[in-house]
Amino acid sequence: MPFYVSPEQAMKDKADYARKGIARGRNSVVLQYDEGILFVAPNPSGALHKISEIYDRIAFAAVGRYNEYENLRVAGVRYADTRGYQYDRADVTARGLANWYAQILGTIFTESNKPYEVEIVVAELGESATGDQMYRITFDGSVADEHGYVAMGGQADQVSTVLKERYTEGMPLSGAMGAALAALAGQGNGETPGVNAGQLEVAVLMRGRAHRAFRRLTGARLEELLAAAAGEQGPARDGGEGAG
Amino acid sequence: MSVGFDYFGERFTAACMAAGTSSFADFLASWAPGLLPGAGPQAGRVAGGGGPGTGLDLPHATTIVAAGFDGGVVMAGDRRSTAGSMIAQRDIEKVFRSDDYSCVGIAGVAGVGLELVRLFQLELEHYEKLEGRSLSLEGKANRLSAFVRGNLGGAMQGLVVVPLFAGYDEDAGQGRIFSYDVAGGRYEEHKFHSIGSGSVFARGSLKKLYTDGMPADDAITVCMHALYDAADDDSATGGPDLIRRIYPVIATVTADGFRQLTEDEAGGYAQAVVDERRRSPAGPIAPLHSQPNE
Repeated sequence: MPFYVSPEQAMKDKADYARKGIARGRNSVVLQYDEGILFVAPNPSGALHKISEIYDRIAFAAVGRYNEYENLRVAGVRYADTRGYQYDRADVTARGLANWYAQILGTIFTESNKPYEVEIVVAELGESATGDQMYRITFDGSVADEHGYVAMGGQADQVSTVLKERYTEGMPLSGAMGAALAALAGQGNGETPGVNAGQLEVAVLMRGRAHRAFRRLTGARLEELLAAAAGEQGPARDGGEGAG
Repeated sequence: MSVGFDYFGERFTAACMAAGTSSFADFLASWAPGLLPGAGPQAGRVAGGGGPGTGLDLPHATTIVAAGFDGGVVMAGDRRSTAGSMIAQRDIEKVFRSDDYSCVGIAGVAGVGLELVRLFQLELEHYEKLEGRSLSLEGKANRLSAFVRGNLGGAMQGLVVVPLFAGYDEDAGQGRIFSYDVAGGRYEEHKFHSIGSGSVFARGSLKKLYTDGMPADDAITVCMHALYDAADDDSATGGPDLIRRIYPVIATVTADGFRQLTEDEAGGYAQAVVDERRRSPAGPIAPLHSQPNE
């Protein structure tokens, strides 16, 4: 190391680097609705997921660099399954997982040259809406306990502003979907994301489902939800039954 | 064996972040083999084995039957576990959902068997979450085979456990049944199979009552008769307990997935079988001469 770089400068450079990397991708949103938690991410790929199941009532959403958040997702599933195996399924919590992720991301941010260019949300479905938990974890390991809605990505602030206007507590799924689409459409990069089902990755944690609450909404079910969200006056749609 | 290890420790984190296997058992074996079943402090010999009538009478799970039907497969297990000549538990469950399209039943040392099932369920779920799709039915059957083989050391010391695996094969569009030996040998069974102490009597019963392509309702009745026959002649197999409302666990797996019959449904079948036996204690009699067109 020929030159002295102050710790402040080193951290700032790393943070700028990570923010830039994250800002290159699209934003994603996670929000509560009356029967669960909705995840929406613009994603043209049907195979490389940004939203995933971690455990019975816990799901994961991420933006940023795919290989890095995929690595975190796999680690999270291993963490959750190991804990659930050693103790009990009820002992796996989003809070524990969020702390664990924060520890990992914090260590990587301070100790390695290249920070992870990711931002993740870990959400857990409660018995009722008041028991729902959402944690947003950023590239430097900061954790925020969120309520109602969370936006991730480079333009998270703008997206949050729209969500704040549109979001109401206990809104139905179609309403939540409408809010998510409106928020994502306001993205600063000039393009309006297509509202066709092929460009969106949508999943829910649904209350009332036995065992595993996570399910992806695809195909006809997603089209139906998009139509309901566009109409906005339709009744709440549930995701229906079937294998996720 | 570690108890309550450090989840924030470097070793665990590194293992989780490492690229590698989609198998939970392999993951666990790579960094904490002590958590796997069979890795406990059983390194010393279990005095007299764990078998019935020997020095150490561990609870044993007994009879499981399975039969194919038109569009799926049914598995049923009695509710008794025995420790030597004692009844250890009268409402144990030995048939489990292993994932959406398969089920598994166990016979042998209950403690080891239940742990095996827990690991197997998790293995299938873990793979599904990491890979984004389920294992094929053959793949699941092979994983179970590896787990049974992993317990070979325990089996040699008397901690014998043998599973019966059944599921719906979406590619073939039909139910399939797999049996195992203690060395992990995997055998596909056609039509029907039974395992456990009462399996000899159950299989005889199944052989006489089973017909190809029977509807689900009939296949369930056949299984209930087989379990009744097993309980009739094997002291370790429990019959339906109408007094306490304890009935065999019955599960079906079809294109619609796994379904365990409710207690009321199982009770209905149990009552029907008991009523039938009241009329004819030996149960339905198979015709002496097979039908010419069969």
